[in-house]
Amino acid sequence: MRQALLIFDKEFRDYFISPIAYIVIAIFLFVTGWLFFSTFFVFGQADLRRFFDLLPFIFALVVPAITMRLFSEELNVGSYEILLTMPVTSRDIIIGKFLAGVAFVAAILVPTLAYPIFVSFLGELDWGVMVGSYFGSLLMGAAYVAIGLFASSLTRNQIIALIVGMVICALLAIIDKMLFFFPQSILAVVSYLSSAIHFENIAKGIVDTRDILYFCSVVFLGLYATHLVMQGKK
Amino acid sequence: MIHVENLTKFYDDFCAVDQINLDVAKGEIIGLLGPNGAGKTTTLRMLTGYFNPSEGDIRVKDISVHKNPLAVKSLIGYLPESAPLYKGMLVYDYLDHVAKIRGLRSTAKEKRLGELADMCGLRGIMHQTIDTLSKGLKQRVGLAHAMMSDPEILVLDEPTSGLDPNQIVDIREIIRKIGKEKTVILSTHILSEAEATCNRIVIINKGKIIADGSTEDIKSRNSRADQIQIELLQAEFEPVSQQLESVKGVRRVEQIPSDDASRLKVQVSTEDGCDPRIDLYAAVKSSDWVLIDFHRESKTLETIFRELTREN
Repeated sequence: MRQALLIFDKEFRDYFISPIAYIVIAIFLFVTGWLFFSTFFVFGQADLRRFFDLLPFIFALVVPAITMRLFSEELNVGSYEILLTMPVTSRDIIIGKFLAGVAFVAAILVPTLAYPIFVSFLGELDWGVMVGSYFGSLLMGAAYVAIGLFASSLTRNQIIALIVGMVICALLAIIDKMLFFFPQSILAVVSYLSSAIHFENIAKGIVDTRDILYFCSVVFLGLYATHLVMQGKK
Repeated sequence: MIHVENLTKFYDDFCAVDQINLDVAKGEIIGLLGPNGAGKTTTLRMLTGYFNPSEGDIRVKDISVHKNPLAVKSLIGYLPESAPLYKGMLVYDYLDHVAKIRGLRSTAKEKRLGELADMCGLRGIMHQTIDTLSKGLKQRVGLAHAMMSDPEILVLDEPTSGLDPNQIVDIREIIRKIGKEKTVILSTHILSEAEATCNRIVIINKGKIIADGSTEDIKSRNSRADQIQIELLQAEFEPVSQQLESVKGVRRVEQIPSDDASRLKVQVSTEDGCDPRIDLYAAVKSSDWVLIDFHRESKTLETIFRELTREN
């Protein structure tokens, strides 16, 4: 675990060494801020529903950009060889990189705390819902990071990793809007796959173990698949 | 120290390393030689635990790489080809990160970083980012990385490739210094380098070991027949070859084409283990020919290498 934390430490710092981090944060804040406030005053309600409604989809585009370099870059430069021949296991590496990605997702969510603070001046804001929403955002972010990490382990090309990650994440984010394509019999299964539905539940302030279990399963599957891919490269 | 048994690696259907057996004793500096694609890097990668072997086993100090990779990794310092370090990091930050992963703490870590900075000459560049370094400096940072935990075994893949002659001498100096106390395995395709730094040479071709021993061993084992070159004036090939072939220990006399028609250049192949130079000289002396050149060509490591890797 110590080794995983050392890798986490290095990867998390790396985000702030390169300008990519700041670009991602800026784009994320710009897009969410614009999409949220352009309709905020129309509804005249003191809540952040519009913001959190869009989050599954926006995260699906932003999170893979955060995770794309985690393995692709190492495979491309060859530094993975150096990393793996030091006394660390591939599990340490995967967990360390995953945590770094999650911490960075948390870091881009921090500036958005300005929205609820701003809204709370305009009217009565339900802080319980707010806590649930941010907790859900982090869970969903973690699930997307795991998927993005898996995409990054597949290829040494960061752009391919980005696109593969985006496609998988976006599919989970919008699958609940495409339910009419599926036969009745598998509707329940398909809608269970939707990250947006599970996220909505948690964001309402209802903490249901099914929703938490869903995100935890995605994290586990993503990390395990990454492990298998990296093992296959040996 | 290191015991390699029936080591085999397949990439799909391609056999990169084919049943290699190798024993390395403590304190040896081994040079792994071979043409490109011979399986050197694959062998080193399996040794350091980066690749899993398809078959066979590697034991380092009686610990199996396959069963206990972490224990073996902490005994080995490894520098992959062309030192693929994290580009964006400062040299100090990078070495600090490596030291932490290698389990060095506060004071021990600072002390070790200082030692390595002196040993590898990194004092002046500690606060530069790695991608601004020249190839030679990067290689030295890589060496510092490999030696971080003061490992008993050092594995270096092409440590001097792409460096200028001065840098090559620097790196060789460092390797020789390390080799006094450690076991070093390095791969190279530069033969003079192996000759200069290693006390044992293993030649690999197409995944198989085709020669193994000290430079002298390999030379004496493979230079079955020496060549003697003689250059004469005022001589015709026919009588010369007749005269010289009658000398005991001479196998064959051939003419070497020369631009100058007045000179006759011949190459004399000798029987195994014979040195007929005294008799040859006597034969030349007894005639009217004028001797202007007479020398023995023993095979260099280079020609042996070429012959071994070509005929296989």
